[in-house]
Amino acid sequence: MSDSLRILIVDQNVTRAAVLEDGLREAGHRDVVVVRDMQNLLKRIVDTEPDVIFIDLENPNRDVLEQMFQVSRTVQRPIAMFVDKSDVGMTEAAVNAGVSAYVVDGLKKERIHSILELTISRFKVFNQLRSELDKTKQQLEERKLVDRAKGILMKERGLNEEQAYALLRKAAMNENLKLSQVAQSVITAAKLFK
Amino acid sequence: MTPNNLIVGFVPLLDCATLVVAVEKGFTAQEGLEVTLVRETSWANIRDRMMVGHFDAAQMLGPMAVACSLGVGQLTIPVVVPISLGLGGNAITASNTLWEQMKEQGAHLNADPITQGQALQKVVQQRANRQQLQLTFGMVYPFSCHNYELRYWLASSGIDPDRDVQLIVIPPLLLVDALRHGQIDGFCVGEPWNSLAVEAGVGTIVNATNEIWRLSPEKVLGCRAEWAKQHPQQVAGMIRAIYRAAQWCDDVENHAALATILAKPRYIGAPVEILQRALSCKLRLALGTAPMHIPEFFVMNRQLANFPWASHALWFYSQMVRWKQCEYSAKLLEVARATYRADLYRNALMLIDESIPMTDYKTERAVAGRYVVNEKNSALTLSPEGFFDSRVFEPTDVEGYIKSFG
Repeated sequence: MSDSLRILIVDQNVTRAAVLEDGLREAGHRDVVVVRDMQNLLKRIVDTEPDVIFIDLENPNRDVLEQMFQVSRTVQRPIAMFVDKSDVGMTEAAVNAGVSAYVVDGLKKERIHSILELTISRFKVFNQLRSELDKTKQQLEERKLVDRAKGILMKERGLNEEQAYALLRKAAMNENLKLSQVAQSVITAAKLFK
Repeated sequence: MTPNNLIVGFVPLLDCATLVVAVEKGFTAQEGLEVTLVRETSWANIRDRMMVGHFDAAQMLGPMAVACSLGVGQLTIPVVVPISLGLGGNAITASNTLWEQMKEQGAHLNADPITQGQALQKVVQQRANRQQLQLTFGMVYPFSCHNYELRYWLASSGIDPDRDVQLIVIPPLLLVDALRHGQIDGFCVGEPWNSLAVEAGVGTIVNATNEIWRLSPEKVLGCRAEWAKQHPQQVAGMIRAIYRAAQWCDDVENHAALATILAKPRYIGAPVEILQRALSCKLRLALGTAPMHIPEFFVMNRQLANFPWASHALWFYSQMVRWKQCEYSAKLLEVARATYRADLYRNALMLIDESIPMTDYKTERAVAGRYVVNEKNSALTLSPEGFFDSRVFEPTDVEGYIKSFG
């Protein structure tokens, strides 16, 4: 009997699913299937016969999946991983990372422990990537606002770029606001005066 | 984080209203509580975040709170219910195709659940005779009033919900699309999702579920039992804040403002006019018809709507056993009963709510103008309650009640 477990990933986020799939393959798990189409979820699960299923917590289909397991006669009953009281730490780590797992009943805990740990760490990596990306995007947006506000001040008040920037900064400090907030106010006000 | 900082989970449905208003209108702040509301997309998330302690409390389906305490189909999470968030608000919607077939068998708009059920039974029979695919109905969670109300109506109409039709779980967010694409033939869900299906031109409302069970329970505030035990002040504060919010919500004068709050994307994110319609107990049953008034369709405070009747918990348990979700035992019955904590409600609201009943239980029967005696020993008249098929639920004999279904 092959020692390899069949792992099914249900995730509509292409990047995150890829991050997890790569991680699992690197760790020697070759039998990994990713499902993105939620319409035929049950059929895919029946066809795949997974030992372990991962689904992200943002997916509203979690409730669908759980009921399928309860009523389906065709699927080997996978159950929520959170059935063992001794594993509350692991459960908490998984929920914190944003993933939940369903494991076929009767599977030895030791066999899935490392897979679970790996999945949690991959989800964490993805979360970090995403928050960095969000931060970068936000910074870009803020810079755009400031540039536009500077442009308005330069045109309306005949300032050079440096003076316009200094003016915005001073206003932000006096009003105890973020630079981007002041910039937004300038842009909004300029629209009103048009 | 101090004990007065609470994190409370909710799901974007009309009956998150009392919880949202408790926070938005400062009723929780009045109690010295700083409540952060966290929106979730699935009931499984609410359950898991309660378990790992991310949430101290959450909006829950009444039966879900009981299932958590019982550990049915999951790890046991002892939960207590100190207050209910409202009554009713659900409806059953059929796809246009199914509705046409039901009409041929005698169903018509705004008919009673008996008429509609008989028509559906004939459609189901006809499909079986012609060896057509079984009808599929969507609902939102196995441990929900939606599931039990739908099943109750189907079974009373001579349709076996496990043998004659298929019931599947679909999140509210995806129900309208599932109906549009023919993935399901009907569903049972809370507002605004029935109205949204009607407005989208893909469905017709067959019955509001409060026509199946008048003054039927719905969402509750579920608290982790351990947290509730360690934080009696905070629990009492939440009860008072939600009660006052519910009074505010039930006032017709506030419905426009309430609909505007709930329409925000961080809460429900549905059109204001549809939310406001449901808040004022009106439903447009089919496209091109005028909205109908459905008496006591959605009740947030009047009719003792916030009282956590232990008999509700017992009825949920009876249905879990009836539909083979769990076994019957005196021990489990007691766990279910003890999940609903009328004592916490009484202690917190003693000086505020003058209509607190003396008893934790009520018999569900179809009688108009029934009386409930409160602590001031004056009698309160409630609107008609009980089930559409006149079957009586006597909370003192749950076992007999379960057996009566055969």
